[in-house]
Formats: sequence, C-alpha cells, structure tokens
Amino acid sequence: MTTLVSAGYIVAFVLFIYGLMGMTGPRTAVRGNWIAAAGMAVAVVATLLLPGMGNWLLIALGLGIGAVIGVPAARRVKMTAMPQMVALFNGVGGGAVALIAWVEFRVTAGYEGEALYVAIASLFAALVGSVSFWGSGVAFAKLQEILPGKPVTLGRLQQPLNIVLLVVALVCAVITVAGGRSEWLIAGVLVAAGLIGVMVVLPIGGADMPVVISLLNAFTGLSAAAMGLALDNTALIVAGMIVGASGSILTNLMAQAMNRSIPAILAGGFGGGAAGATAGGSGGADRPVRSTSAADAAIQLAYAGRVMVVPGYGLAVAQAQHAVREMADLLEAKGIDVAYAVHPVAGRMPGHMNVLLAEADVPYESLKEMDESNSAFPQVDVSLVIGANDVTNPAAQSDPDSPIYGMPILHVTSSRSVIVLKRSMGSGFAGIDNALFTDPRTAMLFGDAKESVGGIVEELKTL
Amino acid sequence: MPIESIAILVLAGFVGYTVISKVPNTLHTPLMSGTNAIHGIVLLGGLIVLGHGVDGVLNKILLVVAIAFGTINVVGGFLVTDRMLGMFKQRPSGQGPGRERPGGRAAEVREGGEQ
Repeated sequence: MTTLVSAGYIVAFVLFIYGLMGMTGPRTAVRGNWIAAAGMAVAVVATLLLPGMGNWLLIALGLGIGAVIGVPAARRVKMTAMPQMVALFNGVGGGAVALIAWVEFRVTAGYEGEALYVAIASLFAALVGSVSFWGSGVAFAKLQEILPGKPVTLGRLQQPLNIVLLVVALVCAVITVAGGRSEWLIAGVLVAAGLIGVMVVLPIGGADMPVVISLLNAFTGLSAAAMGLALDNTALIVAGMIVGASGSILTNLMAQAMNRSIPAILAGGFGGGAAGATAGGSGGADRPVRSTSAADAAIQLAYAGRVMVVPGYGLAVAQAQHAVREMADLLEAKGIDVAYAVHPVAGRMPGHMNVLLAEADVPYESLKEMDESNSAFPQVDVSLVIGANDVTNPAAQSDPDSPIYGMPILHVTSSRSVIVLKRSMGSGFAGIDNALFTDPRTAMLFGDAKESVGGIVEELKTL
Repeated sequence: MPIESIAILVLAGFVGYTVISKVPNTLHTPLMSGTNAIHGIVLLGGLIVLGHGVDGVLNKILLVVAIAFGTINVVGGFLVTDRMLGMFKQRPSGQGPGRERPGGRAAEVREGGEQ
C-alpha cells in the first residue's frame, strides 16, 4: 500500500470518528454526517489511487448502478418506512461482503497459497455477510408487511434446525481452511448462512425488531472488518469495527430496554403460552373500561397544567404525528406545558419515534427519554397515550408471571389522569392484557389515532 | 502482518465504543443509519479485487454487483441519515430563546429537501 493511499485512509478515519462524534447532539449531527460521508469519499478516492488498478469501466459501472439505485431510494422513502430502508441498505452491505468473499475464494482457487488467517477471515466474512444479507432481507419484508409481522416459527424444530445449519456452515468452512478446494464448500457456507439469517429473523415479532436491526447492523460491520483482515486493508478494518461496536452497543441497549437477553430474542416466539396464562392472572380483566369522547378529552386536556404525550408505533402507523403537533400547539397557546415521553423501543428501530415526532416539527427539547419522563409523571395532569401499549403496561412491574415482567416501562399510572387512544381493546405485539386500560384513572378514546386526535383538535378550537 | 491488523481491529472497536456511547437515545435512529452507511466501506474491497484484475465473466459480474451493493449502502445511507437529521436540525427552540419562531421555516426547508 503506498504512502499516499495510507495517508488518505488516515484522513478518512479522522473524518469518520470526528463525524460520529458530531452525532451526539442534534445541532452538530447534520455536519457530522457529511463529515463522515467526506471520509468515505476520501477512502474511495485513495483506493482508486492504488498502484496497478484497472478495469475502470466495470468499476464505473458498479458505482454508477449503485448511485442510480441508492439516491432515489433514499430520497423517496417515507419517514415511517425508514426502518425497512435501513434494513435494506444494511442487507446490501452484507451482500457485498459475501460476494467479495466468494470471488476471493474463486480467484485464489480455495485460498491456495494464502495465509491461514486470510482464509479464516474471508470465510468468516462470507458467513456473517450472508447471514446479514438474508436476515436483513427478511427484516425488510416483515417491516414492509410483505411477510407477516407476527412471529413465524417452526416450533420445536426451530432451534435444532438452526444448529444444524450452523454446523453445516462451520464444517464447510473448516474443510476449506484444511485445504478443501471444491467450490461447493464456499457455496455451502453461503447458503447455510443465508438460511440461518432467514430462520433467525422469521420468528422475530414486530416489537423485537429494533434489536434485530441493530444486531444485523453490527454483523455487517464485523463482516466488513473481517474482509479487511483478509484483504489487508486498514480502511475496512477500522470502519467495519466501529460499526460493529456501535451496532453491538445499540443491540445491548435495546435488549435492556425490553429486559430480554439477546439469545432469548433470537430464539424468538414472544408471547406464546405464557401470555395466555397472564391474561387471567392480571386481575384487571374483570374491571370495567371507561370510554370517553373527543369533546370530554379536549376539556380534560384544556384544563390541565402539564400534559405528557406517550407515543407508540400506533401513532406512526396512523400518521397522526402532525395532528398531535397541531393539538400540542393549541394546548401550548393556552399556556399548557406539553412534553413527549419516548420509550427507547417505541417504533421499529432504535430512536425511531423521535424521528417521526421531529418530522412533525416537535421541538427536540420536548422529547423526553424514559428516566426523565418517569420522574416527571407525578407532576403530570394528563398523560395522553397514543398507540402505545406494552411500554405502559404496569404488569411489567407488578406481575412476575407476565412475559414482559422486568421490562422498564413508562410509569403512566403515576400521573393524575390518563387518556388512552386506541383502535380497540386488542392486545399489543406481546399479546398481553394491559391493566392500565382498566385503571380507574384511565379513560379510553377508541378509534383511529389520527381521527381521534383530529377530533380533539376540533373540540379544542371551540373551547 | 496480521498482528498489526488485529491490533488495529481491537483499537478501532474501543474507539467506536467510546464515541457511540455518548449518543443520546433520541438520535439513535440517525446514528444507526449513519454507521450503516459507513459499513458500505466494503465497496473498497470490491474496488481492490476488481481493480487488480480478475479473470472470468462470473467473477466480474459478482464484483460489479458487490460494488453496486456497497455504493447503494454508502450513498443511500448517508442521504437517508441527512434527511432524518434535517428534521431535527431546524428545531426553533434549539437555539435558546427563539422558541416562538414559526415551524413553517423548517417545513419549507424539508419540502425543498424531498424533491
């Protein structure tokens, strides 16, 4: 590697790290993103300056196709569809790793004459890249609702099958490292890993999606780093590893926010038999539900001092964020303090709900993280729960038999009164009853979130 | 030498961990999308292998697809992140006392950006 290229890579690392440091605040983040992008441009140019490069036409073709597909896809996607777009971009990254590893195998005739570590790193990249590509593909299909969002499982067969697939992939890889030359071996690694990706993501329910997307992101990063080891390319190692670390942190945070271990999430099948058992045991099911009207809800809100909006994915699905903002404007004009309590797993990827609310021009400062919200609830007059369910379920604190027991929740019940906007009495993704709905302080406003909020807005205007 | 590469690998992991730990929950989606764009760096792997010459049509096709995939990852990732952050950046109250500044400005900027 020439000095010029190395220098370019070092500049690129500085830009990546400096750019990511900008991501810590909303005002520096935009610039940070472009700094990181500039780092990427420097890394690409530096690579093209490597001595002995050729095949320019094909390189231009690849870059061109990528740009022609990537730019419009990124520009047109709706904010609610962001998680599947990120899943898709993540998947193609993993796919690129797997393809490069495959070509490596072909070009070197099964790593003939290559160092041991090159073979191991390249096979690791092939395996993890393929898991990431197919897993992200399934995640995309689920989020896009091409496949059902609810868990799809093979029941008892699931775990043994995954283990068999992993063993097949590892055996193929080990034979290759030991000197196997057949192309069927790398094909075995890629196909078995791809099936693992599909089988692991298929059983994962909608609520666990933030964890899966983070995990797949970490996987692609790690596979890129492994590819860097195989190709002796520091740019791939550094950038891949940074992403691997960031994805791992986010995966961990998401899993903690749901009080579930990562293996348990990957084992899949949330809310099976245990959910049925808790339905009777929660003790709330036999209490009456109090329903309210938009007019009554508007009056209740208009006479409050502090209102906390608790948004869930139902809000995003109904595209109600703009109506919510309009309602908040009317309330603020009356001198009422309005804030938003955002649970870390609200939405379909880490921090997703914040983006949706920001899209509706909700000020960054009004978006409260979970701990801050929970200390604020005792002073809140009205909590307005919109399309959120499991993250407000008191059973997570009080009922050790509940499948979500121990999950950190928003303590909506400690506010003076609660209004829950909900389509019906149906249960959330976890499939469990929510005692909040039958709490004496709670009033239910049934209907589509957008229409209900719109109704409250109309009533507020007449007050 | 792999030992140097592995040292770089480990250190980069720590750098990533330190930097990312400071990002607030609120910005996790753009963070993820931004790091997502960064792993599109695998595109360099495609450039290196293809640029140094490979034989066979299949190898070339696979590498062109790999480069295209990597480019989609990079370009799409950074653009999507920019769009997400664009929603945060115009917070009127973000600059202290200017809370009463109309949200209309942000809305205009966003519409322009989506074309």
